[in-house]
Amino acid sequence: MHLAYPAVLAALLFCVGLYGVLARRNAILVLMSVELMLNAVNLNLVAFDVWLRDALHAGQALTLFTIAIAAAEIGIGLAIVLMVYRNRGTSDVDRLRDTAEPAESGATPESTDEKAEAAA
Amino acid sequence: MTTTTLAVLVPVLPFLGAAAGLAVGRTAPGFVRPLAVLPTLAAAVLAVLVAVRQGGNTVIEASTQLTPTGSVPITLGLHIDGFAALVAVLVGVVASCVQIYSTGYLREDPRYASYAALVSLFTAAMLLVVYSGDLMVLLVGWEIMGICSYFLVGHYWETPEARSASLKAFLVTKLGDVPFLFGLFALATDAGTFRIDGILSTVASGGLDHPTLVALLLLAGVAGKSAQFPLHTWLPDAMAGPTPVSALIHAATMVAAGIYFVARLLPVFAASAAAMTVLAVMAAITMVGSALAALAQDDIKRVLAYSTIGQLGYMAGALAVGDRGAAVFHLLSHAAFKALLFLAAGAVIHAAGTNSLTAMSRTGGLAKRIPDAYWTMTVALLALAAIPPFAGFFSKEAVLVAAEHTALGERTGIPAGAGWTVLVAGLLTALLTAAYALRLWLRAFRGRGPQAPDHGRQPIAMTSVLWVLAIPSLGFGLGAAYLDDWFDGEALTPTLTTAVLGTGLAVAGGAVTYAVWRTLAARAVPAVTPPHVAHPDAEAGLVEAEALHLPHPAEDPADPGRALLGPLHGPAADGFRLDALYAKAFVRPVLGAASLVRFLDREVVDTYVRGAAGTAKGLGWLVRRAQTGNVQTYLSALLAGSVVLAIAAVALANAFAGA
Repeated sequence: MHLAYPAVLAALLFCVGLYGVLARRNAILVLMSVELMLNAVNLNLVAFDVWLRDALHAGQALTLFTIAIAAAEIGIGLAIVLMVYRNRGTSDVDRLRDTAEPAESGATPESTDEKAEAAA
Repeated sequence: MTTTTLAVLVPVLPFLGAAAGLAVGRTAPGFVRPLAVLPTLAAAVLAVLVAVRQGGNTVIEASTQLTPTGSVPITLGLHIDGFAALVAVLVGVVASCVQIYSTGYLREDPRYASYAALVSLFTAAMLLVVYSGDLMVLLVGWEIMGICSYFLVGHYWETPEARSASLKAFLVTKLGDVPFLFGLFALATDAGTFRIDGILSTVASGGLDHPTLVALLLLAGVAGKSAQFPLHTWLPDAMAGPTPVSALIHAATMVAAGIYFVARLLPVFAASAAAMTVLAVMAAITMVGSALAALAQDDIKRVLAYSTIGQLGYMAGALAVGDRGAAVFHLLSHAAFKALLFLAAGAVIHAAGTNSLTAMSRTGGLAKRIPDAYWTMTVALLALAAIPPFAGFFSKEAVLVAAEHTALGERTGIPAGAGWTVLVAGLLTALLTAAYALRLWLRAFRGRGPQAPDHGRQPIAMTSVLWVLAIPSLGFGLGAAYLDDWFDGEALTPTLTTAVLGTGLAVAGGAVTYAVWRTLAARAVPAVTPPHVAHPDAEAGLVEAEALHLPHPAEDPADPGRALLGPLHGPAADGFRLDALYAKAFVRPVLGAASLVRFLDREVVDTYVRGAAGTAKGLGWLVRRAQTGNVQTYLSALLAGSVVLAIAAVALANAFAGA
């Protein structure tokens, strides 16, 4: 099989994932998009491993690592999203703006605390 | 014990007393008085012993080197000749008198412990200066005296006068000490040693390369320490200290150190005719100017302060004509009667409740209240005015005889002009001295008006030392015939010409003052209540501290000094406006420079600092604007940045590959 097919497929997958990460508002969909991007990378790794006929199969080994790390990441990520949803009643990324710089300069820490409480 | 051990103990004992006094002053107040008096007294006794064993003509030399100190070695050395032995006796006796007097005078003072310890330290420093055979060790004592005078003059530091006076004393003497230090270094470089005997032998063999430069630099330090024109201005202001401190500074320590230093190194100064002329002119200006100023002062202690400056002028004059025997002779007799004058003045201020002569002249019966102070002060004033047979007569005549010899060209190496300058100024000052001494006596003890309040007898500690000091004031001069052996061997006895001239002028000055006083006293005195302290019954030191605040009454028409001086009175009362001149010449430029520096610091340097802070703040404000809180915006920026970097990297790689 020609290398172009898996490479183009991986690029498409990555772009879809990137779009999802940058544009989706739901935190869970953002996490899923991250998975898409990771898997695009995995696909690339496997494809180039085969194409290069690597004796040690470093690409495949690295893919296994990536899958394991991605599993851990999605586990923690989903747990965080769950907690955020329980606390705030939403998992909308656009609304989770507690780290924003307050509009007026010289805001005291108390006012940011109040804001956090109000948001909660 | 060997004489050397005894001599080492003389400065060490008061030093240990001072250290112990400072250490236990708070915890064990009962030990403070013995710790103050006994070491000083023991040092005085030991100094007498050393003088007896030394005998006047054998020079005791002893030295030890603790550690190698580079090119010019510094040794811990003793050099005791007749001058050193006698001056040490004087310092010990006067310091003992002052310590004993202080136990009565500052009986209830809360800071007596530190005061007594500092007086002991002061004494130890002076004894170190007197005995030291090494100029660097001498300098140590010299500087300790400077800092002690600062602390002691500022004893009543609650009053602004005392604070500024102590600062002034410190700064003015330091102003002289800087050239003094350079002079010492120059001298040591020329002679290759700091040892006094080494330097003197170098001078004797003509090995001194820059005698004028060295002598002039050293003279600056001497002028500061010994209150000679133009660095004398600190001394009258130093009256803000307690009276015993004034007695100590004016009689035995501090001001005596400068004269003693020149006496010890006189060959160095005599190697330069220019330095001797400068010294003679300095002494002449000091003598006449201070005598005029003394005639115009209203504060009894300031009169005495200016008289000290004048008498130091006599000593400097004797040195300028190359007779250190006469100088140290006058130093010794002056120390006795000036210490007595100050201590008696302390008693007078206590009894009168004021330090103003005008106020005293409107109070009657002061002499009856304090007979001890009255009689001893009379003796001391007669000695000051150089009336025979009091001590001052003989020593002053010795100075005048020395000046006469030089003026007539009988002394080689010293310009005759210096002799004439000193002789004329000395005779003129003799006239003025008698005038202000009599004025002081008449104004203080012959006042008319309401009776002085009766405080009862003064403490025995205060009155007894007055009589002790009255003995040398009365009889020390008779020892002139025996003192020759202790000094350079030149006759100190008066000759007929100068004796008749000097005494005649003194009597004339006294007579004119008395006549003017009688004439003025006959006129009606305006009945103004003179200001007195609020608590006249308090202990003596407290009365004096209060008296410092008193405003001096306006010009008194019954003051004979005012009539005698005429138009000169205003400037003379002001110390010839020298303070104002210094304020214009030095204080104002310094303040101007300080404000310039402040402007540069506040407006120029700080602008850069504020600018740096403002830039960082502005940049921070810009970056803060980007913090929207939306993670996806951040990620978009991140992606854009990565893409830009990747494109740049690829483009650059292509560009380099193409090249």
